[in-house]
Amino acid sequence: MHRFANPKRFMDLSRALLPWTAGISVVLIAAGLYLALFVSPTDYQQGQSVRMMYVHVPSAWMSLFCYTFMAVAAAVALIWKHPLADLAAKSAAPIGTCFTFLALVTGSLWGKPMWGAWWVWDARLTSVLILFFLYLGYMALINAFDDPTRGFRAASILVLVGFINVPIIKFSVEWWHTLHQPASVIKMGGPAIHPSMLAPLLLMAVGYTTYFLWVLMVRMRTEILAGKIRAARLRQVRAPVKG
Amino acid sequence: MERFIRLVGRDLRLAQRHGFDSLLVVVFFVIAVVLFPFGVGPEPNILARIAAGIIWVAALLASMLSLERLLQADFDDGSLELLVLSPVTLEIIVLAKVIAHWLTTGLPLIVAAPLLAVLLNMNAEGFGVLVLALFLGTPTLSLIGAVGAGLILGSRRGGVLLSLLVLPLYIPVLIFGVGAVDAAIGGFAFKAQIMILGGLFLGTLALCPWATAAAIRQALE
Repeated sequence: MHRFANPKRFMDLSRALLPWTAGISVVLIAAGLYLALFVSPTDYQQGQSVRMMYVHVPSAWMSLFCYTFMAVAAAVALIWKHPLADLAAKSAAPIGTCFTFLALVTGSLWGKPMWGAWWVWDARLTSVLILFFLYLGYMALINAFDDPTRGFRAASILVLVGFINVPIIKFSVEWWHTLHQPASVIKMGGPAIHPSMLAPLLLMAVGYTTYFLWVLMVRMRTEILAGKIRAARLRQVRAPVKG
Repeated sequence: MERFIRLVGRDLRLAQRHGFDSLLVVVFFVIAVVLFPFGVGPEPNILARIAAGIIWVAALLASMLSLERLLQADFDDGSLELLVLSPVTLEIIVLAKVIAHWLTTGLPLIVAAPLLAVLLNMNAEGFGVLVLALFLGTPTLSLIGAVGAGLILGSRRGGVLLSLLVLPLYIPVLIFGVGAVDAAIGGFAFKAQIMILGGLFLGTLALCPWATAAAIRQALE
């Protein structure tokens, strides 16, 4: 792993990977949306509104995936003092926040026709809302210090403390009797969902993941370049004035 | 062990010499609860229905308001640095400070809670459970809050930030604390909620001093 610790190597690798992840995510999301909106069948109970699933479920998965990614990056940063891991966690946070927000909003829009309410206080919804606040807390904490490395370290500890929420979200639908339905794709005995609906769902999920990787690399590259600019400016300030 | 007790004693003495400061938390608690009858109207039935929730939310906010005092003062005057350098393990020091914090803020809340429950017309079946739930819940709040207090040391605008960090993590305590009291009032079994509260307390007791110590170490580096 230390092979990738080098920011230079990361810049080279990410430059090569950027167009690929961008292309793959655009193609997959376009194909997934086409299959989801035009090809896949309507649900015999839910009618057309089942199509909300293809946006809602992958973004909910991504909200957990991003946080898990941040927790791993934070642990790596705390243990091995890996500078890129800090940047990775910091760059993943806004993306995860957006996915969580998307999952909450689409879930709310889907809940109105299905459950008759925009919002219910059941375990799944509440725990995802807590996740959203954890993301906000992380971003607030990382920017609250004058010394950026202190912000990184404090925020890393916060991510690890908040990670306890991730298994709670995953299993909330099994531990409590909730209005939200239990998992139907990732479960023992294979997915309980017809292939014609599973295909667009998985396409969207993989598309979202590559989108995450794409934006993550863009953000990390921006952070590295911003750091370089800052260092160059400091050098300029400190340089003896010629004259 | 002797050092541990002396550390708790030191924090208690500090709180005592500051006099009114630690009482402020209870005053806040009482005022926050008293606001609700004005807000939702003095209807006894409504108040009785939401009494447990009001008392728990107010206790949560009161406990959070006092967190800044937990480590910030010691950090500002440098005594935290000396404590870190002392031969006692930092995790134990954190535990001592949390105990002192709970004795000066959590315990008065528990004493005041039944009185407020009477004011809110709460059903008498809930009193004992409310006190029991607060006994398990408020130390959990102090423990979780210590992590937040450690993380914000030396930051800008610590207080507002602290609420954003700590309140989401307080929610499970709130859910099961109110659940236990409501179950007791409704005449149902409340053992499960109390046991979950106890589990939360033991879990945070094991993990939070450790996380707080990590936060303090990085703050002093």
